[in-house]
Amino acid sequence: MSSKREKRRSKHILPGFGLSLGITMSMLSIIVIIPLLSLFWGGTELSWADFISIISRGRVLAAFRVSIVCSFIAALFNLFMGLVLAWVLVRYPFPGRKFVDGLIELPFALPTAIAGMTLASLTADTGWVGSLFARFGIEIAYTRTGIVIALIFVGIPFVVRSVQPVLEQLDPVYEEAAGMMGASRCTTFFRIILPELRPAALTGFALAFARGLGEYGSVVFIAGNQPYETEIAPLMIMAQLEEYDYGEATAIALVMLGIAFVMLFVVNGIQLRARRRTNA
Amino acid sequence: MNARSKKYVRRFLIALSLVFVGLFLVLPLVFVFTEAFSDGISAYLEYISDTYTQRALLLTVEATLIAVVVNTFFGLFAAWVLTRYRFPGQKLLTTMIDIPLSVSPVIAGLIYILCFGRSSPLYGFILRCGTPVVFAVPGIVLCTIFVTFPFISRELIPVLNARGTDEEQAAALLGAGGWTIFRRITLPHIKWPLLYGIILCTARAMGEFGAVSVISGRLRGLTNTLPLHIEILYNEFKYAPAFAVASVLVVMAVVLLLIRCIVEYQGRKKEQ
Repeated sequence: MSSKREKRRSKHILPGFGLSLGITMSMLSIIVIIPLLSLFWGGTELSWADFISIISRGRVLAAFRVSIVCSFIAALFNLFMGLVLAWVLVRYPFPGRKFVDGLIELPFALPTAIAGMTLASLTADTGWVGSLFARFGIEIAYTRTGIVIALIFVGIPFVVRSVQPVLEQLDPVYEEAAGMMGASRCTTFFRIILPELRPAALTGFALAFARGLGEYGSVVFIAGNQPYETEIAPLMIMAQLEEYDYGEATAIALVMLGIAFVMLFVVNGIQLRARRRTNA
Repeated sequence: MNARSKKYVRRFLIALSLVFVGLFLVLPLVFVFTEAFSDGISAYLEYISDTYTQRALLLTVEATLIAVVVNTFFGLFAAWVLTRYRFPGQKLLTTMIDIPLSVSPVIAGLIYILCFGRSSPLYGFILRCGTPVVFAVPGIVLCTIFVTFPFISRELIPVLNARGTDEEQAAALLGAGGWTIFRRITLPHIKWPLLYGIILCTARAMGEFGAVSVISGRLRGLTNTLPLHIEILYNEFKYAPAFAVASVLVVMAVVLLLIRCIVEYQGRKKEQ
């Protein structure tokens, strides 16, 4: 017994292991694990056939499609714009750079509901931006374009903040060497810089995509929420809850949770591969 | 590519970035304040000093404060245990702490309804305790804690990992207790990231909408947080009051961003 205790003590030189682990585990269980398990427990009350029939209803499938397609387009746009912004912020000194750099995080700090309302008012056909587009017959607010706009707003910091630190640490000697050997800037970018940024950019893309799938506050105001057209998956859960239909809400939530876990897995995978590459 | 076309590329990229930032980030801020003051300053003051607004503000502040305190407490212990010891299941624990980041806020609200609501096996127990969770303040607080749960530990873990444990181990071998080690050695190193995490947590907690709107039941003056109150005003087509109240939260968000910039700057200066 005493030798066992001795062994354990030698494993952890620092005191307080039991206390810290105990507090961490119990708080994690109370706040996250037990409530999440209640989702699965609620799910077992549904039969498999019920579950399938709920999530294969046309309206539910349409909501999933809208969520996935809009998040994907927004994340793709953010991948491009995030790379441009990170590049400009790291490589080009210009007046007001600090200001722009600080502003990038605004979507993290601004309450999502306020972002949604503001974007909806701006892009409605009477709004400042919407009226310009309305002249050409383009509607933004209350269409899928509006959803994409809201998701671009919400997702942009993820890509910029993933890429920026990697770009800052990138040693310019390789680019200089490539330039010396006659490579054009274009070739240098695509052959030297982009491969270095790829893991970070992909992580940012995946994070922005995952956030877009679950986003609710900023989207509901701008989406218009037409069934089959501009209804997103989180709103479907909300609608079922308002009718106190917990079974349906649970079924949709389980599917969304599944997608979220796959995304978490993908992000971890990308980071693991990147770490292995740099260590090798 | 010659120097001239390089200059054009640079100008084009800077212009593109500025247009994007202007349209997506600056314009919304300007719009909130224009709309908020569209009825004049006296009307603005009236909107934000409305009783329901004041109560919603109080509830938001209360929920945010509790969430920040709880998550700071958790974040410190979680970061300590995950970086100062090696034990089986460490990776799994790290991943599990990050779960709230990838779960939709609406689902966060739903799981608390399932866990503490009428359909839950715990419901009888909660009734006997006399403090309802769903459609009440405790539920709002729990949801706020959930959505910001990993914010502080995530900021601390990379810093603590990069530091290594040499200094703490030396202190332990010299006979320092756990609390002394933490206070005298660990805390000074993680001061800035801790502050940074607290700021992020505050910003997110005060603006939380999805999770809270599922669980609150929106009783005006009782379980209405500021974002929910703004939504109600907006849906009643009271745009000026809605944006006036929103401007309060926007000012808080911008102040937090400013503090964040200062904290980051101070942290970098210390490192050098």
